[in-house]
Amino acid sequence: MINEYKFEDGPELRDLFITVDDPESHITAIETFITYRVVTKTSRGEFDSSEYEVRRRYQDFLWLKSKLEEAHPTLIIPPLPEKFIMKGMVERFSDEFIETRRKALHKFLNRIADHPTLTFNEDFKIFLTAQAWELSSHKKQGPGLLSRMGQTVRAVASSVRGAVKNRPEMFTEMNNYMETFSQKINLLDKIAHRIYKEERDYFNEMKEYGPIHTLWSASEEDIADSLKGIASCIDRCCKATEKRMAGLSENLLPILHEYVLYSEILMGVLKRRDQIQGELDSKVDALANKKTEKDLFSEEIGKLEDKVERANNALKADWDRWKQNMQWDMRSTFTNVAENNLRYYEECLATWESFLASQTVDLHVDEDSEDRP
Amino acid sequence: MEDCLAKKMEITVSEAEKRTGRNAMNIQETYTAYLIETRAVESQSEGQCAPVDSLWRRYSEFELLRNYLSVTYPHIVVPPLPEKRADFVWHKLSADNMDPDFVERRRIGLENFLLRVASHPVLCQDKIFYAFLTQEGGWKEMVNETGFQLKADSRLKALNATFRVKNPDKRFTELKHYSDELQSVISHLLRVRARVADRLYGVYKVHGNYGRVFSEWSAIEKEMGDGLQSAGHHMDVYAASIDDILEEEEHYADQLKEYLFYAEALRAVCRKHELMQYDLEMAAQDLTSKKQQCEELATGTVRTFSLKGMTSKLFGQETPEQREAKIKVLEEQIQEGEEQLKSKNLEGRDFVKSAWADIERFKEQKNHDLKEALISYAVMQISMCKKGIQVWTNAKECFSKM
Repeated sequence: MINEYKFEDGPELRDLFITVDDPESHITAIETFITYRVVTKTSRGEFDSSEYEVRRRYQDFLWLKSKLEEAHPTLIIPPLPEKFIMKGMVERFSDEFIETRRKALHKFLNRIADHPTLTFNEDFKIFLTAQAWELSSHKKQGPGLLSRMGQTVRAVASSVRGAVKNRPEMFTEMNNYMETFSQKINLLDKIAHRIYKEERDYFNEMKEYGPIHTLWSASEEDIADSLKGIASCIDRCCKATEKRMAGLSENLLPILHEYVLYSEILMGVLKRRDQIQGELDSKVDALANKKTEKDLFSEEIGKLEDKVERANNALKADWDRWKQNMQWDMRSTFTNVAENNLRYYEECLATWESFLASQTVDLHVDEDSEDRP
Repeated sequence: MEDCLAKKMEITVSEAEKRTGRNAMNIQETYTAYLIETRAVESQSEGQCAPVDSLWRRYSEFELLRNYLSVTYPHIVVPPLPEKRADFVWHKLSADNMDPDFVERRRIGLENFLLRVASHPVLCQDKIFYAFLTQEGGWKEMVNETGFQLKADSRLKALNATFRVKNPDKRFTELKHYSDELQSVISHLLRVRARVADRLYGVYKVHGNYGRVFSEWSAIEKEMGDGLQSAGHHMDVYAASIDDILEEEEHYADQLKEYLFYAEALRAVCRKHELMQYDLEMAAQDLTSKKQQCEELATGTVRTFSLKGMTSKLFGQETPEQREAKIKVLEEQIQEGEEQLKSKNLEGRDFVKSAWADIERFKEQKNHDLKEALISYAVMQISMCKKGIQVWTNAKECFSKM
């Protein structure tokens, strides 16, 4: 169930409860957009009130994510549902699309709330509590667009320079792991979609299959009941197939998709760590070439060394946490898939067994009537 | 039923073999030959098994046999042959006549055909049929010598030609409608079943992809590795299980197909009745008109328009001698006609009686066989569900250990 959320620290320790619901569409002269209601209940002292209700649109979530990435470059920020992609299956602003997005946004905020560091982020607090105009004015503060662009340019440049020189073994292992994981999770995502498609095609054919038997029964006398029985069994199995498909689309597909996004996020986090290390390495190299101004440099280097150590520790801790959650998510999702399939087969089995029982009863009745004179 | 051949003789079509040979036009061709084995059923007290006789026949010979039976026993619903070409195939099945699976299913179908004929109270006594089973050489000549092709009414082949029959037996008319409906509904069912089979195949096979990816993923995981690996194995088992399931279902489809073709045989009997009734009505009409002509000539009144009448009016009457001669000819024809009509009537009534008896027999057989087939379909579904439950129970256990 997508709204179920496990509590890492146990429900008794949780002091921040967030829900995302009630999508509403807004039409202005320029655009149409959806806002979602975000309700927060908390017992934390830092919050002025114990309950908040605000409206947020997708843009606001994007802003929050980028602020978190900025403040914690080597922490694993949870994935956001993507902007609308023309997949041809779902229309923008269709009920299905909005509901899928709502669930993902709900998960996003709760994952942040559960994160030992991110939960105390100031921008997060403002996101949850500020009224619309307050949020707008807060968004306008902070480093401007140009400086952010500058950071990006530097980041790209340093990554090109091969920041992997002094990378600790542990992070190389993480990189290798993530490359394979990313590949596999993408494959699984495709496989799961393929299964969904095949099941849907099967369902569509089955819908036509049952009624033919009913049609046939209209021309028959002796076997009419058997034919009608088969028709009803097929129809019930058809409905069971529909349920199985729903299970896939509500559980497995969203989770696999999240982890596809996660694998991109993690590759990004590893790169940013490399960049931070790269800054240190390049300063150290520069020092090696200069004989004078050693003192100035060594203070700078000291600061960078601290920065690298903090980044590495943060990432290591978050990585362990992420792996544990991933294991839990995968275990629970695939177990759920197996349960779904079990329910499907058990329901079909019961249907056919009861049909068979009804037929063999008839046979016994026929045999008895033959014995009578 | 005590007398039927099936009780006295074990009949099997045990093998199929590819052959090459020259056909009637001296062209090299490849065909499949089927081995028919027969053995007299001895009482068990003898303790020894009777020897097995065997001979090879090809499909075209079976066709010849069936044509002969259809023409010779038009009042019987003659069992149908398995299909000549693979029809209602879904993607995995081959439409190729030489495909071993098709040949195997045809072998079973041919055996079934022989058993049906051998257990029919009338057909099993036919000498040509017995020779088909026991006499390898000269059988074709024997069949042709019966001259059955001459008896064949080509009008029966024109399936869609309608005959304006004034008084058909209503039961046959209803039966013809039933056979049309049966043909139509079974065709439809088989078509959709093939599509359903195709889709089901797709669902199962795609799960096989899990196996490979889980296995590769498990290589980078420490704790999750074992669970993933073993779950992947179960997914492979699941994907492979569909092959046997669908092969079994193919036999169910063949059972339905037999009755699809039986519907045609049923229709043929109805058509025969229609034709006989038509010929009867035509003969009666002809007789009536001849009687009328005779009367007119005798009394000199012309009630019916005839060219002769007109010309005689224009060019003079006939002489009394000419008239007498004509009347005599007509009286002979009328007598012949009355005898023919009597025998046609008798024929017609006999046909209706014996055909209806066989139709009742057929109806019982059909109801029994189809009910059994439907039950076997349910049994197959149950088995498929149980296999599914087993695999997913195992998979669930592996997943929960991840």
